[in-house]
Amino acid sequence: MPEERLEEIVDLFREAPRELRLQLLLDYANGLPELPAHLVADHDAMEQVRECQTPFFVAAEREGDGYLLYFDAPPEAPTTRGYAGVLARGLSGAGADEILGTPSDFFLRMGLQELISPLRLRGMGAILARVKRIVVEQENAAAG
Amino acid sequence: MGVPTDPFEKFQAYAHPDRLVSTEWLAERLDDPSIVVAESDEDVLLYDTGHIPGAVKIDWHADLNDAVARDYVDADGFAQLMSSKGVGPDTTLVFYGDNFNWWASYALWVCSLFGHADVRLLDGGRQKWIDEGRPLTTDTASPSPADYPNVARDDTRIRAFRDDVLAHIKAKGRLVDVRSPAEYSGELTHMPDYPQEGAIRAGHVPTAANVPWKRAANDDGTFKERPALEEIYREEIGLSDGDDVIAYCRIGERSSHTWFVLTHLLGLPNVRNYDGSWVEWGNAVRVPIERPGHPVRPPLD
Repeated sequence: MPEERLEEIVDLFREAPRELRLQLLLDYANGLPELPAHLVADHDAMEQVRECQTPFFVAAEREGDGYLLYFDAPPEAPTTRGYAGVLARGLSGAGADEILGTPSDFFLRMGLQELISPLRLRGMGAILARVKRIVVEQENAAAG
Repeated sequence: MGVPTDPFEKFQAYAHPDRLVSTEWLAERLDDPSIVVAESDEDVLLYDTGHIPGAVKIDWHADLNDAVARDYVDADGFAQLMSSKGVGPDTTLVFYGDNFNWWASYALWVCSLFGHADVRLLDGGRQKWIDEGRPLTTDTASPSPADYPNVARDDTRIRAFRDDVLAHIKAKGRLVDVRSPAEYSGELTHMPDYPQEGAIRAGHVPTAANVPWKRAANDDGTFKERPALEEIYREEIGLSDGDDVIAYCRIGERSSHTWFVLTHLLGLPNVRNYDGSWVEWGNAVRVPIERPGHPVRPPLD
């Protein structure tokens, strides 16, 4: 199970005062977990998300009934790290149904449009889309 | 009395040496109350991860753009913004930022629309400051509000709109497309590795020369020296002081960088930035577009 429900994180942002929303995103950027040793050693096992402006990598690994999500983005791209941190906390460990059922525009309800240009905000959607694709591929592979 | 110009030797060859400051110069003046340092970034969180001590944040999207119309803030909004950042009409405003000072140049250009007199750019921007191991802080600056008058924005001198560009093509004015070669040729509507920013058509404004913005910069984020810039803009594409020039890119940030180079480093007197740029042009109905392998459509008169 994820550490927090993604819906709860969305509510947290939406209900926060405008001036605190960026601070919250920074908290999630800072809270992005380090890569586990096996992905540090085998970084090629991660997929690069080309839609992002900065080098950004994602991996989803099946464990039990859920998928563990891993993200890698450089410290000089805190906004991208923040997007990844929100998804890591809100979806890592979730089952395929929950991940695939996440609305692709969930981030529009976080109240960030006034603070981040809509075109930049789409990066969050691009990351989720990539996670979903990897999960679908792995589900298909597992189903044989 | 104004803040003196940075005497750094490289700057003295530029047309307007007073528009640039070096990291050394700035580092010695962080406590000068006549100077406000402002960070303007592509990444909206970068300021909060650490910035030059005392620097305020001016965000292109949240602060400089109107929240409803695709336009900049009005006189009242600009005066409020400047006031809240502790900037008075006589303040020396020094911009710096990430990504080769794109958004710092853009913010400087917007301030120039409002006629703010003393605007300067930190040569090398955030990258050079950090590479030199200079101090950063996460303490958000909280300046005392300053008095700033309501000044009408002058969109005629250094800003171009779509209709201006159409008239400019007819008048055989000079156009500089500062995007990457793939965007210019129409293979891409957006920067390599950047999100697609929603242009329906690809190519360039007919008659525009392609000089990617980065050709004016060194790898450390600083501007090239004047002779190298003369070579590119005056020799290679033949710009001269008598030309009426419009620069554009995709949403006006990279062309602000080139606008700064042409106006302040080379001293061309008539340079405008078309901030609507390709996101507007590539979506507009029946504006002429040039793409290699095709005639200009619709044809120019």
